[in-house]
Amino acid sequence: MFAFILSRLFQAVPVLLVVGAIAFTMFAYVGDPVTIMLGQDYTMAQREMLVHQLGLDQPFFVQYLNYLWAALHGNFGVSYRLARPVGALILERLPATIELSMTAAFLAVAVGVPLGVYTGIKRNSLGSRLIMIFSLIGVSLPTFLIGILLILFFAVLLGWLPSFGRGDVIRMAHWSTGFLTLSGLRSLILPAITLGLFQMTLIMRLVRAEMMEVLRSDYIKFARARGLTDRAINFGHALKNTLVPVITIIGLNIGGLIAFSIVTETVFQWPGMGLLLVQSIGVADIPVMSAYLQLIALLFVGINLVVDLLYYAVDPRLRLGKR
Amino acid sequence: MLARFFDSDFFYSFRRNPVAMVSAAVVFMIIVSAVFSPWLAPHNPFDLASLNLLDSFKPPFFQADGELSYPLGTDDQGRDVLSAIMYGTRISLTVGVLAIAFAMVVGIGLGLLAGYAGGAVDALLMRIVDVQLSFPAILIALLVDGIARAALPREFHDRIQLWVLVVAIGIAQWPQFARTVRGSTMVERGREYVMAARVIGIPSVRIMLSHILPNVLGPVLVIATLNLGLAVLSEATLSFLGVGLPPTQPSLGTLIRIGNDFLFSGEWWVTIFPGLTLAVMVLSINLLGDWLRDALNPRLR
Repeated sequence: MFAFILSRLFQAVPVLLVVGAIAFTMFAYVGDPVTIMLGQDYTMAQREMLVHQLGLDQPFFVQYLNYLWAALHGNFGVSYRLARPVGALILERLPATIELSMTAAFLAVAVGVPLGVYTGIKRNSLGSRLIMIFSLIGVSLPTFLIGILLILFFAVLLGWLPSFGRGDVIRMAHWSTGFLTLSGLRSLILPAITLGLFQMTLIMRLVRAEMMEVLRSDYIKFARARGLTDRAINFGHALKNTLVPVITIIGLNIGGLIAFSIVTETVFQWPGMGLLLVQSIGVADIPVMSAYLQLIALLFVGINLVVDLLYYAVDPRLRLGKR
Repeated sequence: MLARFFDSDFFYSFRRNPVAMVSAAVVFMIIVSAVFSPWLAPHNPFDLASLNLLDSFKPPFFQADGELSYPLGTDDQGRDVLSAIMYGTRISLTVGVLAIAFAMVVGIGLGLLAGYAGGAVDALLMRIVDVQLSFPAILIALLVDGIARAALPREFHDRIQLWVLVVAIGIAQWPQFARTVRGSTMVERGREYVMAARVIGIPSVRIMLSHILPNVLGPVLVIATLNLGLAVLSEATLSFLGVGLPPTQPSLGTLIRIGNDFLFSGEWWVTIFPGLTLAVMVLSINLLGDWLRDALNPRLR
């Protein structure tokens, strides 16, 4: 077990270093910060002094290490667009994105798993067929279009829910939450559905396929022969065994949720990290982009590590195979 | 040749599958209307002289104020929405097809190299593929687009934005091609015809390109179709986010973004019709790809 974790960590470190190098190359060589900082009139001496102060006359490798060291301490430079430290900017936006993604993930699991079980057990009922058609539409509609359609119906035509922003938030130390106010919760509904719908259909289809597979197996036939109730078979025996791949997919898809929150946040003007990134790309704000790249890489490597470990913990075959 | 095609198993399975036939028909119609849009579209949305602000925000023909000459209504500048969609589909498809072509060339090349050379080259390339596949494609396309935006001078960038998108989306999608081609190449490498070619001293590059390549193209075709839908969606998403094609070259995504501003004032048709076109197109391409995958898989026959 320990060796497994260690080997995974050794694989993760180079990835982070390479992503760090890409982020640093962007940071250092795209655009010329010295010219931006000096303005119009300057002498060569002033320029050289600034170059020296910023450490830009040092070798590439030294600069790279300095950059990584600063990044490890949460110092990602200053945004060109907003003239504020990038670390603070991202930290400010982080709660909005995390609350949105977690709500969407919760929604996807809470609705997707029961629907998957239902369509897996009652395969040919009218309800199942309708749900399957609905899920096909959910898979092929692009995220932003789902958002636009939801806004059209629930905000413009019916006027039930707000169409943009986070509503009122309550600040607690470094965290701002929209969970505790009515307008915050109302604002969360449409974005969370938009973001969660694709994952929900994915989870539903996966649970359905796994249920159908498991229900065919011998031990289920045996359980039926023993005269167990349908309820005990479906939930006690079948569902439990379908959950292994489902956990993996959910884990891996948290990354997808964060990537697509960029789109959802733009549609609903949700003040999270994704909206910050899109606005920064529009005006080529490199420090924000490179910081975002590194944070996302860290997050993804972390998620993959956790999923690997979870797999290892859940599937006994993997443990036996290693010995 | 044609008779052989109509007689094949492939065509038989196509005729037996109504979903495949309908989606093929839809894709065909969309491609025809996109390619021939300058001749088929009722108006030219780029001809500024023909635009009249008095025609702006006409609703689609089935609503009270609608006119048949603007079947799907008009936008804020009096442009015909139907014509804009036809021209926009053309741009969307162009970017999608070119991006897939780019991803295919890079992916097939590196996949052949990894599978044929093996060893350290293979390990390195597949490691890159693994890492890239663990990040969502749209995120990679977004970042490549952002880097290009920062690295190139503004005016130059605006002019070549279409190519920037092609490269950004292509880079995001090459790993799938590389992984598949590498797998089949490793199988083919051990076959006798490859050994024979090696023995008579044919250079490796030629063995890869003219002997192995034709034998690994089947699965590539399926991935290309399935990824075409994804590429079109990626382009639409980037354009929707405002970092794709500019309003002077409006793709479907750009049209949806522009129309989105008028949603609240009730002019829903400016954004909903391009959106539906995109959804129907992507759905049909995906269904066609699914069918192709099953039809070319001998185990399912």
